[in-house]
Amino acid sequence: MAERERSHTRPLGGVFVAHSQVLTATDVQRALTRMSHEVVERNGGADDVVLVGLQTGGVPLAMKMAETLRQIDGTQRLDVGSLDVAFYRDDIGLRPVLPEAVTDIPVDLAGRVVVLVDDVLFTGRTIRAALNALNDFGRARAVQLAVMVDRGHRELPIRPDYVGKNLPTRREEMVDVGEDGVWIGTLEDK
Amino acid sequence: MPDATLVIRGGTVIGPERSARLDVAVRDGAVVGLAEAIDPPRGAAVLDATGCLVGPGLVDLHAHLRQPGREEAETIETGARAAALGGYTAIVAMPNTEPAIDSAGVAGEVLALGAGCTAEVAVAGAITVGRAGTALAPLGELAALGVTLFTDDGAGVQDGALMRRALDYAKGLGVTLAQHCEDACLAAGGAMHEGSWSSRLGIPGTPAAAEEAMVARDITLARLTGAPVHFLHLSTAGSVELVRRAKAEGLAVTAEAAPHHMLLTHAAVAGYDPVFRVNPPLRTDEDVAAVVAGLCDGTIDAVATDHAPHAPESKEVPFDQAPPGMLGLQTALPIAWEVLSPHLAPERVFALMSAQPAAIARLTATDPRVGGHSAQGGPVELGAVANLCVFDPAATTVVDPMQLASRSRNTPYAGRTLAGAVRHTVLRGEPVVIDAVAQR
Amino acid sequence: MSGSRHLLSVSDLGTDGIAEVLRVAEAFAEVERRSVPKVPTLRGKVVATLFFEESTRTRLSFETAAKRLSADVLSLAVATSSVKKGESLRDTVETVEAMGIDAVIIRHSSAGAPHLVARWVERAHVVNAGDGWHEHPTQALLDCFTVRQVLAERKGVAPDELGIGCFEGLRVLIVGDVRHSRVARSEVLAYTALGAHVTLAAPGSLLPPSLEGWPVEVATDLDAALGDADVVSLLRLQAERGSGSFVPTLREYTARWGLTARRAARLGEDAIVTHPGPMVRGVEIASDVADLPRTVVTQQVANGVAVRMAILFLLLGGELPGTAEVPAVA
Repeated sequence: MAERERSHTRPLGGVFVAHSQVLTATDVQRALTRMSHEVVERNGGADDVVLVGLQTGGVPLAMKMAETLRQIDGTQRLDVGSLDVAFYRDDIGLRPVLPEAVTDIPVDLAGRVVVLVDDVLFTGRTIRAALNALNDFGRARAVQLAVMVDRGHRELPIRPDYVGKNLPTRREEMVDVGEDGVWIGTLEDK
Repeated sequence: MPDATLVIRGGTVIGPERSARLDVAVRDGAVVGLAEAIDPPRGAAVLDATGCLVGPGLVDLHAHLRQPGREEAETIETGARAAALGGYTAIVAMPNTEPAIDSAGVAGEVLALGAGCTAEVAVAGAITVGRAGTALAPLGELAALGVTLFTDDGAGVQDGALMRRALDYAKGLGVTLAQHCEDACLAAGGAMHEGSWSSRLGIPGTPAAAEEAMVARDITLARLTGAPVHFLHLSTAGSVELVRRAKAEGLAVTAEAAPHHMLLTHAAVAGYDPVFRVNPPLRTDEDVAAVVAGLCDGTIDAVATDHAPHAPESKEVPFDQAPPGMLGLQTALPIAWEVLSPHLAPERVFALMSAQPAAIARLTATDPRVGGHSAQGGPVELGAVANLCVFDPAATTVVDPMQLASRSRNTPYAGRTLAGAVRHTVLRGEPVVIDAVAQR
Repeated sequence: MSGSRHLLSVSDLGTDGIAEVLRVAEAFAEVERRSVPKVPTLRGKVVATLFFEESTRTRLSFETAAKRLSADVLSLAVATSSVKKGESLRDTVETVEAMGIDAVIIRHSSAGAPHLVARWVERAHVVNAGDGWHEHPTQALLDCFTVRQVLAERKGVAPDELGIGCFEGLRVLIVGDVRHSRVARSEVLAYTALGAHVTLAAPGSLLPPSLEGWPVEVATDLDAALGDADVVSLLRLQAERGSGSFVPTLREYTARWGLTARRAARLGEDAIVTHPGPMVRGVEIASDVADLPRTVVTQQVANGVAVRMAILFLLLGGELPGTAEVPAVA
C-alpha cells in the first residue's frame, strides 16, 4: 500500500521495488487482532469507537479492524469512516498532493473516541493533517492512533497508541503494507 | 577612375536584365565607373561588397512615418534611418498622420522634415479631407508640390461615387490614386482574418470579401474612368485574381503586397500577441501562396512594407484593442529575398522593390525643383544617380526589436533569423549605411 | 505530474487533466456538504479576481471557492478601480503582482486578455474566467461535472465510479448563439475530449464563420436533433453583444431555436438540459421547461464552487494536470 507515498512522491514517480518481506499475511492479521484487543481494553469496549481509515492505505486496514472488533466485542454497531487529508497538508505547493478519494465520515464525531488507522507512520505530517481535518467533523472525546508499521523518522511530536510492528528503516527506504504482508524496499526510477 | 570619391568593390551589380561582377565608382553623387576591377584613388572611400549584390536603392511605396502627430511611435528622421538600414533610398510617407496630409501646408512640412534624412521622403496625399471619406482633398494643390500618389490609407474610400469623382478629377494631374481596399461594413469589428483561427480564438474576423469587394468595385471604376488605380497591400487570393484579370483586360491598375502577407498566416495570432494584428490581416496559407504567385507572375508590381510603427504601450493591450500594424522597413528585403529568390532571379526581386515601385510613385526621374528627389529605381549605369543598396544574401541576422532604428518595436519577426542582410546603402553618392550601421 | 501553470483554455488540460479536475472536484463537493464547508488548504495564499466585465455569479463562485480553501481574496471590480482612470491592463497586473498575489482570476471582454496577463506575470497563476467570445473553461468543466453527477445519481453510484467513461458516446447538443459564446467553445473542447459527440444547432448567422477543425456536427433542424440528445446545452442569446441583430426578431428566434414546451416534449426521457445562466426565460428557454427537473441549472451553480475549488487547489498546490508530459507513476 505504498501507493499513497508513491503518488505523493510525484513528480519523481518511480516503481516500488521490494527488498525483503518483514511481515507475512498471517503476521498482519495477527497484529490486527492484537491491536483490536488493545482498543477494546483501553476503551472499555467498542461502543464509542469510530474507526477512521486514512486514504488510501489506512482504509482497508480500518475495514479489517472493524470486522475483528465486531467479533471481539459482539457489537453490530461500529462506525467506520475514511478520511483524505490532502486538503490539510502543510506542504501544499511544495509538491503535488492530490486527494486520493472522497472523505466519508458517516457520523458526528462529537463525544466519540476516534481511532485513526493508517498503514505506515513516518514523519507524522499525515497524522497532523488528519487531526486538523477531524476538527471539522465535531469535537471527538479522544483521538487515538493505530498503525500497522511505525518506521521512525518523526518530524512532529506524534506517537501511535497501537502499533503492528516497530520497524527501523533508513529514510530513503519505503515500506509497502498490504493484506498479504509488509515489505521493505526502495523507489526506483522507472 | 582617378577622380572617384567612393568605390564599391567586389560585388555583383544587379542590372534590369542580367547582372555582372563589377566594381562601382562614384563621384558627385553619380556612378562614374563600372568595371571588373577599379583601383580606388588615394583618399577615396571604399566599401567592401565581396559576395554582395549591388542593386539600385530600394523604393517603398508604403511607409507610415507618424509625423506629425504620433512622434512617440516614429518620426520622419527615425523612419528614414530605418529605411536606409533596410536598403531603401526613397520612401513614400502615408498621409494618415495627425493632421492628415490633405493640404499643401502639411505636405510641405513633411517634405521639409524629410529633406536631409538618410532616405528621400516622398509624400502621398489624402484623397479626401481629413481622410473622412466625404469631400475631395485639394489634389491639384498637392500635385503642384510634387505629390503623385493619393490615398486615404488606413481606410478605403467607402463612397463609390466619391471615388469615381476623385478618379475623374485626378486624370489631368499626372497622379495615381491608391486604394486601401476594405469595405467598412463587411469588415466592421474585425481584428483578424475571418476563418478557422478567428473562429477558434473567438476574435471577431474580417472576411476576405471585405477586401475583394472593394478591389472589384475599383477595378470597375478604373474601367469606367480610364484613370490609373493602385491597389495597396493585396492580401487575399481573390484580390490577386481580380487584379490579374483586370491587367489581362488592359486596365491601368497596379498593385503591391507587403512582406508579412508573403510569409505569415493567421495561425500567428494563436498566442494572441497584438504584434500580429495588422490590416489587412494575416490570412491563410492559400492567400500567402496566391500573393507570392502574384508577385512572381507580374500581377503584383511591387513589394511595399506598410511599415506601421506603434509605441510599445499601445501594443500592450488585448489583441482586439491594439492598433493594427507592424514594422517593415528594416526587414523587408531579407523577407522578400527568403520568399521570392527561390522563384525569381535576383534582378526580378530588385525590380519588385526598386524600379517598379519607383515607376508607380513616379520617382524615376530627378525632380529639378529645389529640394526635389533624385532619380530612383535604377538602373545602376554610368551617369545614373548613385542610389544603391548593397545586399549580402549569405549573411544572417537575428531580429532584435530593441536594436531596430524605429522608435517602436512592433516587428513580427522578433527572434527570427533573417536570410540575407543589407550591408551598405548609398544615397546620392553618400554612404548612409556602412556595414549595417547608420552613419547619421 | 507536470502541466500548465495557468488555466486559459480547456485545451490546457487534455482528457486526463479534465478527468483529474472532475475527480478532485468530487472531493471538494464532499467538503461542501460538511457543516463547516471550509478547509485550510490554501491558508496564506492570496487570490485576486480581476473582472473587467461584470459578472456577479462567476465572481461570487470563484470568491466562495477561494474562501472555502482559506485563501485571502481580493476583488477588483473595474468600476471602482483605477482601470477606468486610464491605467492599462499591464499596469493593473503589475500592481497586483507586486502585492504578492498567488492567483489571478480574470474576466475580460477581449479574447486572449488572460493570455496576455499570463505572459506578463512572473509568479502568479492565471485562471480564465471568461474572455470575449473565446473560452470560459471552468463553466464547461462544471457542466461536465454536473452531467456526470446526474448520470451517477440515476445509476445510484458515486460519480467517481463512473470515471469519464460515462461521457463516451454521449450525445451533446449545443443550441443557440455559438458564434458569440465562450461557453460553447469551452464545452466543445471539454465534451469532445471526454469522448462525447457534439452537435451544434443554430441559425447560420449565429454559427462561427468557420468550423474547420471543430470535431462537431451541425444540425439544421433543431426538432430532429432534440430527440437524439442526451444533453442539451442551451446558450444565452447575447443581446448585449449585439447578437440581437443576427436574427430578425426574438420572437422568430424563439419560434425556431428556443426550447419551447412543445419542443421540450421531443426530448428523450433521460435528456438533461444545462444552461450557463443567466437564463432568459421566454427567449432561449420557456419558463415551464426551465423549471423541469431535467433542467439542472441550480446544480450547475452549486457545483461551480467545487469545480473552482479544484482548479485553485490544483494550480496553487502545484500544477494543473495537463497535456504536457506526465512522468509515469507506477
